[in-house]
Amino acid sequence: MKEILLNPQLWSATLAMATPLALPALGGTFSERSGVVNIAMEGIMLIAAFFAVLFAHLTGSAWLGLLGAVIVGMIVAVIFAWAAVTLTADQVILGMAINIFASGFTAYLLNTIFGFSGTPTDTPMLPNINIPIIKNIPFVGQILSGNSIIVYLMIILIFASDYFLFHTNLGLRIRAVGENPEAAETAGINVIKLRYLGVALSGLFSAIGGAYLSIGLLNSFSTDMSSGRGYIALAAMIFGKWTPFGSFGAALLFGFATALSMQLQNSALSKNIIMMLPYILTVLALVGVGGKSVSPAADGVPYTPKK
Amino acid sequence: MSKVLKSIYMPILAVVIAIIIGSIIMLATGFNPVAAYTSLFIGAFGTFPNIANTLANAVPLIITGLGVAIAFNAGLFNIGAEGQYWIGAIVGTWIGYYFKGLPWYIHIPFALIAAMVAGGLWGGIIPGFAKAYTGAHEVITTMMMSYVAIYFSHYLLEFGPMMEKGSVPQSPLIKDSAVIPTIVPNTQLSYGIVIALVAALFVYWLMYKTVWGYEMRAVGFNQRASKYAGMNVPFNIVLSLSLSGIFAGLAGAVQILGVQHRLYDSFTSGYGYTAIVVALLAKNNPIGVVFSALLFAALGTGSQYMQLNAQVPGQLTDVITGLIIFFVAADKIIELFKTMFKKQKKEELAS
Repeated sequence: MKEILLNPQLWSATLAMATPLALPALGGTFSERSGVVNIAMEGIMLIAAFFAVLFAHLTGSAWLGLLGAVIVGMIVAVIFAWAAVTLTADQVILGMAINIFASGFTAYLLNTIFGFSGTPTDTPMLPNINIPIIKNIPFVGQILSGNSIIVYLMIILIFASDYFLFHTNLGLRIRAVGENPEAAETAGINVIKLRYLGVALSGLFSAIGGAYLSIGLLNSFSTDMSSGRGYIALAAMIFGKWTPFGSFGAALLFGFATALSMQLQNSALSKNIIMMLPYILTVLALVGVGGKSVSPAADGVPYTPKK
Repeated sequence: MSKVLKSIYMPILAVVIAIIIGSIIMLATGFNPVAAYTSLFIGAFGTFPNIANTLANAVPLIITGLGVAIAFNAGLFNIGAEGQYWIGAIVGTWIGYYFKGLPWYIHIPFALIAAMVAGGLWGGIIPGFAKAYTGAHEVITTMMMSYVAIYFSHYLLEFGPMMEKGSVPQSPLIKDSAVIPTIVPNTQLSYGIVIALVAALFVYWLMYKTVWGYEMRAVGFNQRASKYAGMNVPFNIVLSLSLSGIFAGLAGAVQILGVQHRLYDSFTSGYGYTAIVVALLAKNNPIGVVFSALLFAALGTGSQYMQLNAQVPGQLTDVITGLIIFFVAADKIIELFKTMFKKQKKEELAS
């Protein structure tokens, strides 16, 4: 066990596995703080992962792949927002619909565009970044340097999100809309517009997370490759009490469980038991063991403007 | 328009719109939608064995869908039916192969009842009490419990206590005395279909003809009013989620005893999530669940035939499923279309 814990690979894998959870968890924080439960993040990640590969392959540039993924992901998010916010449909059901659609649509396109042989092996990848000085520090350098650029982008986004949500006027308004939309509207805040913003941000972050899976960690797409990360991100967000730093911490914990189970590949018993832990911890956090997680008061409740 | 009629024609409209969008997607990717839908239909209903397999496919969807519908009726979203299904399948399998020498009329009910209890505990007691007494949202708790169940099955099968001797991660075969017999030879249709239909009638009776059903529906309709009317809201939350888990657990065991005869290592059965779709399209009516399960079972069996004969990737049916639910959830879109259509007509008349 000690050998495993002292292996820098375990810790860099933790960071790599936490990234595609932390990004949608951050996105979910914006969406739920504005009052919209967005389980469609799972489907948005998957669609973004596919289009990242498609655009990267077509243009020969991983960056344009990322851009394409973000655009498509945000289009899906806005469609979701239209149905959920403007048409006040049930958010969880809509999210499920989008996830089933995404799973079928990406698999269908994978087969019709690339055939049964899968995505091309020459698809470009987003670069890994070596950080000068840090990369020469033993142990720490192997963990903190040489990661995908998305990992560093994620870390910047966490700080930026925390600042935006808790230290700007717009962030305050988003939170107000998620806690008490009636009062917010009375104070002259446009509830609908801010909820669109929250959902669009969740689409943006999930899309980056999805692109990371297909052109950051790998350079290929396979069916259902998001494998529930959008859902696990929701758990991380709840476990992190709807805050950016909390979400990141929970994502690290969940990423650690995944990385550890990968290291324990040979021992099926401990591997599967470890994989259960994040889910059990989330249930315990919701029930209130060790400081209860309380959602924004108007989370998931559609709002119809009074005027 | 009467409410009953609306609850039938809105889902049908949603299906029609989804099929049209599916055609557009096929046309855009160079397939012939007429050929595709024809082969989909033949694959599902074209021959007697195909019909039998479609019915067989509907069995777990009906039973799990009934459970999801009970929870929806009480205003609760059991998104974790998949995990409760797994727990039922695990318990059903274990009793199926572990106990020897029991007569079938004891062995089968024993396995089914134990699976129901386990599913009920998994889906009802834990998320139910969490919801009733701490307010923990059942969407998240049932989903998390679902993942725990699936990893638990991996643990049992991958060199764990339920793994068959050898290197394949699967359980031993259940004993013959636990097998629910097949109705149509060489198909998957077992007497499980009878269990499913009886279950549908039972849930109809329970929800619409008993005080328990009335209270659960009242709690789903308006929790605060039910409380003032003297109903025990926490009890009804736990009851409805437990029933939901009981049916999902039953579905898992019926599938093992009737079709699979052993537990395989897999990430999804595919039934737990589709069952939610089944319940939604049926507007949570137990009789509607039977028909809506048939539709999605037909999409499932027909898609393989469509892929072979019209070369259209079978996942198209998932695209259609997603669209159906989108339009069922956002039924205001359909009304939006209608008002647009009416306006156009008026303008045409005016000109």
